[in-house]
Amino acid sequence: MFKTLAFLLAAATPHFGATADPALIKAWDVSIPPDGTGLPAGHGSVSEGLAVYTQKCVMCHGVNGVGKPADQLTGGVGSLASDAPVKTVSSFWPYAPTLFDYIRRAMPVTSPHSLSDHETYAVTAYILSIDGIVKKNAVMDAKSLPKVKMPNRDGFIDAYGATKR
Amino acid sequence: MTNKTTPSRRKFLKTALAGAGAAAAVPLSVKADEYVTPSMTVPGKTFTPYGMPSGHEEVKRLLRPPGISPGTGGSLSPLESLEGMITPSGLHFERHHNGVPDIDPKTHKFLLHGLVNTPLEFSMDALMRYPRVSRMHFVECGGNSGANAGSPTPPQLTAGGIHGLVSCSEWTGVQLGLLLDEAGVKPEGKWILAESADAASLSRSVPLAEAREQGILALYQNGERLRPEQGYPLRLLMPGWEGNLNVKWLHRIKVTPGPTMTKDETSKYTQSQKDGKAKQFNFIQPVKSVITRPSGMMTMNGPGYYEISGIAWSGHGKIAKVEISMDGGATWTNAEMPGPVLPKCLSRFRLPWEWDGKPVLLQSRSTDEQGNVQPTRAAWKAPVSVVQFYQYNAIQTWQIGADNTVKNFYV
Repeated sequence: MFKTLAFLLAAATPHFGATADPALIKAWDVSIPPDGTGLPAGHGSVSEGLAVYTQKCVMCHGVNGVGKPADQLTGGVGSLASDAPVKTVSSFWPYAPTLFDYIRRAMPVTSPHSLSDHETYAVTAYILSIDGIVKKNAVMDAKSLPKVKMPNRDGFIDAYGATKR
Repeated sequence: MTNKTTPSRRKFLKTALAGAGAAAAVPLSVKADEYVTPSMTVPGKTFTPYGMPSGHEEVKRLLRPPGISPGTGGSLSPLESLEGMITPSGLHFERHHNGVPDIDPKTHKFLLHGLVNTPLEFSMDALMRYPRVSRMHFVECGGNSGANAGSPTPPQLTAGGIHGLVSCSEWTGVQLGLLLDEAGVKPEGKWILAESADAASLSRSVPLAEAREQGILALYQNGERLRPEQGYPLRLLMPGWEGNLNVKWLHRIKVTPGPTMTKDETSKYTQSQKDGKAKQFNFIQPVKSVITRPSGMMTMNGPGYYEISGIAWSGHGKIAKVEISMDGGATWTNAEMPGPVLPKCLSRFRLPWEWDGKPVLLQSRSTDEQGNVQPTRAAWKAPVSVVQFYQYNAIQTWQIGADNTVKNFYV
């Protein structure tokens, strides 16, 4: 009986996974945390971003990111505690690298993963510039983007005690 | 009572009532030719490889108008037309962020990497060889019932139209903890990021301890492989947790030192408070219930016997009790819970009722095994921003009128 038990325990961890190919990990490991770890090489300016935005974003997010039909990206800064809160990238999002991360993996909605890293930095810079979160001559890259202080950076409460781990 | 969303059922009930009236007027006698119905006179149809509902049934998901792309938005389970605790797979609600991808399991890979000793990649064939667990659990969108939270006047919709972003299935798959242990999580690994292979790359962070203890990589739903709309060929299931983080079309989990703070866990799926702050990581779906019969948009059949019936659920565990009020919450009586009552699972409650035909404000209020109780709408709304609608779990009121109407109502 004990022999049978030992056999069962030995078989309890199947190990059917293959050691992942480092090239596969490198290609897939694209999510960017708030400190910007993993942001790729490349850079983009506000003016370059306006060109990308005009070509690929404005039809959904409106001139200057005012929204409609898709989410409003700008405006509403300082409105969150009012009777008419307006939640936008400018007014609500706590971390600038999240904007790069989301655009790179999910935008534009008709052709996600079509923008180059350069274009993604540029359009990120442009959106952040509309409400003056970055200057009109700003250039976003792996170093500058995580340093951007979003207006609502301290506007979140950890309801689950999740971050103290 | 009748349901305006299912004309065939309404027709049946009218016919049945007419028949009953006729039977009362004349002596009951069944002729031989009425006994032999057409179905008894010819051989029936042959076998089918995959059965479908009767052609006489018109129960369907309620499709919301799509958003920015054809597959952005949702469809709702028709709760008012369903019974028991399991949602048929084809009627499970949908919430997609950029459509339903068509994924070939032969080429689909699942990558487990990050703060692990051995990053692993799995083919679907490899995952299918692992030992499996089966669990019955609801999945509820964090935005479910948001119409009642946001609309200043009660939206006149069916139970499913308001609350249908919840469904319940038997899910079968591989325990995530087993794979995490095979990869060997490093001590600094405290969270995971789960990423979808859809056109939104939908991603959510989950604390490692809970992911390891509770997470299931679901392969099957109600005995068959996952439906495409539910994440075929692989979805993360975190029982009782917000629907959005039960990532469908799963192809990557990264073990991380902290939350990745993706778009969906910062700009969406957070709870804005009146003071402008937003509560984050509202993982567990709160205790909730809704009476599905009678419910909004139905028409009562006049005074007489009814069975009140509905569903209750909580992300915190089992439902302990469901109470029913006929007077808008002034007095309560316990509903029957015939069972089974399972943790983090829809539970059916019932209560026989003799309606006297007078106006009623019908409510259900559920309590879970941890003592969490459904709040009133006013209590739910008091601390939150006017734009807040996620995780709305307030008591639903159906206003039943002497004119046999059943309407959504705010007390």
